[in-house]
Amino acid sequence: MLSSVAENIYWMCRNIERAESIARVVSVNANLQLDLPRGLSPDWRPLIDVTGTNDQFEERYQEYTERQVVRYLLADTDSPSSVKNCLRNARESCRVVRDSLPREVWQYLTELQLFIDEHLQTGLTKKGRHAFTERIIRTCQMTNGLLASVMTRDIGYQFLRLGRNLERADMTTRFIDMRLKVPQLDRLPDASAVSVLQWVNVLSSMSAYQMYRRKMQAQVLQPQVLWFLLKDDEFPRSFFHCLIAIEESLGLLPDPQPCLLAVRKVFKVIERAKPESLKDDELNTLVDELQSGLIDIHRSMARMYFLPAAGHG
Amino acid sequence: MQLEATVPVDLKEYPTDYYDEMLITPNRSRRHAKQLAGLLRSFDDQELAARQAAAELAIRQMGITFSVYSEAEGTIDRSWPFDIVPRIIPKKEWDQVEAGLVQRARALNMFIDDIYHKQRVIKEGIFPAEVMEESKNFRAECVGVSPAFGIWAHICGSDLVRDSDGTIYVLEDNLRVPSGVSYMLENRLVTKQVFPELFEHYAPLPVDSYPAQLNEMLASLSPRRTKRPEIVVLTPGIYNSAYFEHAYLAQAMGCELVEGRDLFVDDDDVVNMRTVSGLQRVDVIYRRIDDEFLDPEVFNPDSMLGVPGLLRAWKAGKVGLANAPGAGVADDKVVYAFVPDFIRFYLNEEPILPNVPTYRCMFDDERDYVLDHLDKLVVKPANESGGYGMLMGTSSTQAERARFADLIKNNPRNYIAQPTLGLSTVPTVIGRRVEPRHVDLRPFILSGRSTSVTAGGLTRVALRKGTLVVNSSQGGGSKDTWIVDEEGD
Repeated sequence: MLSSVAENIYWMCRNIERAESIARVVSVNANLQLDLPRGLSPDWRPLIDVTGTNDQFEERYQEYTERQVVRYLLADTDSPSSVKNCLRNARESCRVVRDSLPREVWQYLTELQLFIDEHLQTGLTKKGRHAFTERIIRTCQMTNGLLASVMTRDIGYQFLRLGRNLERADMTTRFIDMRLKVPQLDRLPDASAVSVLQWVNVLSSMSAYQMYRRKMQAQVLQPQVLWFLLKDDEFPRSFFHCLIAIEESLGLLPDPQPCLLAVRKVFKVIERAKPESLKDDELNTLVDELQSGLIDIHRSMARMYFLPAAGHG
Repeated sequence: MQLEATVPVDLKEYPTDYYDEMLITPNRSRRHAKQLAGLLRSFDDQELAARQAAAELAIRQMGITFSVYSEAEGTIDRSWPFDIVPRIIPKKEWDQVEAGLVQRARALNMFIDDIYHKQRVIKEGIFPAEVMEESKNFRAECVGVSPAFGIWAHICGSDLVRDSDGTIYVLEDNLRVPSGVSYMLENRLVTKQVFPELFEHYAPLPVDSYPAQLNEMLASLSPRRTKRPEIVVLTPGIYNSAYFEHAYLAQAMGCELVEGRDLFVDDDDVVNMRTVSGLQRVDVIYRRIDDEFLDPEVFNPDSMLGVPGLLRAWKAGKVGLANAPGAGVADDKVVYAFVPDFIRFYLNEEPILPNVPTYRCMFDDERDYVLDHLDKLVVKPANESGGYGMLMGTSSTQAERARFADLIKNNPRNYIAQPTLGLSTVPTVIGRRVEPRHVDLRPFILSGRSTSVTAGGLTRVALRKGTLVVNSSQGGGSKDTWIVDEEGD
C-alpha cells in the first residue's frame, strides 16, 4: 500500500470520527439544558475546551454563548475541529484514496457535504439543530458500518482502524478533561444531582450511557464513570479498548516494533492507573500523560509509514 | 397542491436546419432513432424535466464531477453536465469510422516513431523539416528511443464532427493526455438509471470493457515479464480538472493512483513507489501529466508534479510510459493537416476518415486565403487545447479579426484555419422543451500489441443556443453515445 494512501485513509477516518464526536457533543449539551434545574444553564465553553482550539475561537468570536459556540463547532470554515471542516477534509482525503475504498464511501461523504451546505442555516437554529446533527451522526455511523461490512481486512483497513481508534481514545480523554475542569458546581446545594447530570452528559456524548448502565448497574458517579471510560476492556470507546485495537492493527503492519513500543508505554500508564480513586489534580496529570502517549504513537506511525514530508497536521 | 398544466413534447416545431442525428424532418426520424423519437413524443413536458432532474441528481450523488480552478474560490467541483437524450449512431456507419480511426492511429504512431529515428517522412519531402523543428512538443531527448511495439501514442482521443452534408470529419487528434473516457462510462450508467425503458428497444454496444482493455494494453508495456506487472496512474493531483478521471481509471483497473511524490527513481534507474512496506518496483506508468512537468531533471526544473529521473528510467527501458514522452509532436494542429499524407506514405492506403479542409498559414498562398477570409473561417493556434485562443470568424468583431491577422503574420507556423462547419445537432433538453444543439464526438483509440476503439465515445454538446463550443470548462455538456446494430431491429 502506498504511504500516501495509508496516510489519507488514516486521516479520513480520524476526521469522520471527530465530526461525529463534535456533532454529538453539541446535540447532547443542548439536551442537557432541558434537564438542568431552573436558573442553571449548561456551560458552552467546555465544548471549545474539548477541541483545544480556544485561541482560535477567541480570535473571531466574542463570547462563549450557545449561539457562537455552536456556530464555531458546526459551521466554522477555518477551525480544524468544526464538523463542516472535518467532513470536508475527510472527503478530500477520500477523494485521493477512492480507489482503495468501497465506492459508496465517497458517495456518502459527498451526499453529506451537499446536505450540510444546503441545511447549515437551519442546522444552526435551536429548532433545526437536532435533525441536523442527527443526520451527520447517522451518516458517519453508516460510513463506518459500510467500511466494517464490505472492506477487505487489508493493510488499508488497519490504517482506517488506527485512525478511528486513535481519535476515539483522544476524544475520550478530552471529554473527561472537560468535566474535570468545572469544579465550581460542588458548592451548589444540589451539587451531587448536577454532577450526576454532567456525567450522564459525558456518557451520552460518547453514546456510552446505555452500555454503562448495562455493565455497571450502578448510579452514575464519577469514580465508576472514570473507570468505565478509561479501563473497561469491552466498551469500544473506552480508552483501554481503543488501545487494544491500536495494538492489534499495528501488529498486522510491516515492521511495527517502534510503534508497538510507543503503545506499550501507554499500556503501562493505563494499567497502573486507578482513575476511580485519584484526586482531581492527579487525574489531570493522568489525562495529560495519556494524551501525550497518543501523540507519540501517532508520531512513530508517521515516521514508519507515511510520506517523509507529511502534508497533514 | 397546485396542478400545473402539462403539454406534450412537441417535435413539430423542431428546427432541422443542420444535420440532425435523430430527425430528418420534424415529422420523420432517422431509422435508428425511431423508438427514441417515439418515446420522447410520448412524454409531456413535466415528465421530460423530471427525467433530466433525476439524471442531475444521480450525477451529484455519484459524485461525477470535474474541477474548475478559479483564483477567488480555489478548486470547485462542478457536477458533470449531462443531457438525457442519447446520441445514436448506426453500427454500419460506425464500423467505417472505427476502421478509419485504427488506420489513423497506426499512421500517427509510425510518424512519431519515424520522427525520433530516421525521419524518412522529412527526407522524402512529405513533411517540412521546419514544422518539426518549431514544434513545441518535439522532444530532442526522445531521439533514438524505441518504445515497445514502436508505439508512442498508446491512448489517443480523436475529435470527430459531422458536417451539414452528413460527412464525419476528424477535427483533431489528442495524443498527449486526452481525457473524457471516464465520463463516457459514467454517462452510460446514468442513462440506465433514468431511461431504463429505452433499453427495451435498443441494445447499444456496451462500453464498459474499456478499463480492462486499457489495463491489458498497459500491462503489455511492462519491461519485466511478471505475471502481474505493477501499473500505476500518475496524476498531477486534485487541482487538475481531470482528477476525477485519474482516480476513476485507477480504481477501475485496480491499480494505484500516485502523485509524483509517491514515486522515486533509484540509482539503477528503477522506478519505485513509497509504500508502507518500503520501496516497491513500478513497471508501467499511465501518466496524466504533460511532458513539461514529467521529470524536473530534464524538462521544467520547477515542476513539483513530476518525478526526478523518470525519463532516464524510461530510456533505460526500466519502465513503460503511456503515452510515451514526445508523443505530443503529432498533437499539433499544423501536423494534423499532414495526417492524410502520412496515411498514404506509411500505409500506402487512402484515408478512410477525411480531415476537415485545413489552411496552413505557413504556406504563402494558404495564408493569403486565410487573411482574406477571416470572417468565414475558424482560426486555431497549433498547440492549444480546451478551445482556447481561437477565432470564430463568423461571430467575430472587426477588432478581433485585426488582432488575429497580426498574430498570424507574426507567427504563421503557429496557425491553421478551417471553414466554419455546420456541426450536426442532437435533440437536447432545454428547460422543459427539446431543442437542437451542436455536438462533436471523442472516441478513444488504444494502441499496443493491437489497436482497439471504444464503442462510440464521449459526445459533447454545446448547450448554449447557437454556439459550437463543447468544452465542459466553457458551458459544454455531454450525452451518452450509442452504437446500435440496425440489423437486429
